[in-house]
Amino acid sequence: MMSAAPLLRLAGLRKSFALPDGGRFDAVRGVSLTVHAGEIYGIAGRSGAGKSTLLRLVNLLERPDAGSVTVDGQELTALSKRELRAARQNIGMIFQGFHLLQNATVADNVAFPLRIHGGRTRAQIARRVTECLDLVGLLDKAASFPAQLSGGQKQRVAIARALASGPAVLLCDEPTSALDAETTRQILRTLADVRQRLGVTILIVSHELDVLAALCDRVAIVEDGLVAEELRLDQPRATTALGRELLGLRPATVPQERRHA
Amino acid sequence: MHEQLTQLVELLPELWTALGQTLTMLGIGLAAAVLLGGPLGILLFLVSPGQSLANRWLAAPLGWFVNTVRSLPFIVLLVALVPLTRVIAGTSIGPLAAAVPLSCAAIPYFARLVEQNLREVPRGVIEAAHAMGASEWQIVLRVLLVESRSGLVLALTVLAISFLSYSAVAGVVGGGGIGDLAIRYGYYRFETGVMVATVALLVVIVQLIQLTGNRVARHLDKR
Repeated sequence: MMSAAPLLRLAGLRKSFALPDGGRFDAVRGVSLTVHAGEIYGIAGRSGAGKSTLLRLVNLLERPDAGSVTVDGQELTALSKRELRAARQNIGMIFQGFHLLQNATVADNVAFPLRIHGGRTRAQIARRVTECLDLVGLLDKAASFPAQLSGGQKQRVAIARALASGPAVLLCDEPTSALDAETTRQILRTLADVRQRLGVTILIVSHELDVLAALCDRVAIVEDGLVAEELRLDQPRATTALGRELLGLRPATVPQERRHA
Repeated sequence: MHEQLTQLVELLPELWTALGQTLTMLGIGLAAAVLLGGPLGILLFLVSPGQSLANRWLAAPLGWFVNTVRSLPFIVLLVALVPLTRVIAGTSIGPLAAAVPLSCAAIPYFARLVEQNLREVPRGVIEAAHAMGASEWQIVLRVLLVESRSGLVLALTVLAISFLSYSAVAGVVGGGGIGDLAIRYGYYRFETGVMVATVALLVVIVQLIQLTGNRVARHLDKR
């Protein structure tokens, strides 16, 4: 099902932040992870456990204090600013708050990553935007502005935007936490579908265990800036409390098996 | 009443000239504000703490400079800048000369308004652009200015209206304009009709500027 080569390798990542009182907060205290191509990998943890920081270290939105990040054979931590900007075309990201441009149409939002990197004609960009909007089922909303869309639609536009440059990895930071249950299910279907059709590797952070249980192949339980446990969703037992809770939420039928013809 | 009307009709050519002078001062001042104050405001935003080019060694002197110019009463600036005005405009009299101190006051004023508006752009949107590999320059042009554009138009509207009254003050040093006309005829010569007419004209101009600003801003705002 998945190739043996790791698509994403995090090695010895550390990150601490200065606190207003002069102290330091160690958000990530030495994390090493390997994610394979085509895998959906979850990061679970209570709030403040460091899971979001860990995700933001993957595309270097936060610079690690120590350790290295390798994505698709490219060591990001060794790149110059300019090289990193180019490398980010290979790493899509979506957020809890969607973060779309409010004053740009849906089509212009999806075109954004294509335009900033150049090397594409207008026609190529238009074609790619159409493909991506079609993929998330929002082709009819191309000329709409984000304010005219529902939360779920906004997140699907964000997914289309994140996939526009054809990334190998999609980072998801609490992608469904601002959405209701039914919309959450739709987004999870879209993400599973995207993996199925494009083979994109997905790294997802969520505090909603049922979301991770429904979507992931493997999950890392993060506690206090460290990986307390790494588990496969098909394994029988977990050692951490959060891991046991997660395994208890597994759906009767495994959702990432093909549901679309 | 009839007498006042005659006065007014006799004054019409001068009123037109004054209107032209006011619009010249305003146009030059606003152009300077947009072309120089705009970039300065973007720089103020980018180097402020927590932003992508955060630089305390640049932010502090820039902020200090903007605050200092803004703290000078306009009439003081007007007089203090006479030597500079002579160098730039070749004279210290007339609307072109008055446009120099007006511009100097408008630049830091607009810079602050721009900075404030850029602060309203949600951090997450800027961060998403970084995550897609946008450069600082691209973030300015394709994110910050796009997302804050309706606020920027309203900022320019506020600036235009403030500087309409500043331009009246500039009449003091021979700048001419509608305000100058009001003072010379309406006040010094006790021609109340002229005073009322000029004030009415100013009211109409202010309303027009605000109405246009609101309309354009509403049209640009898709949030």
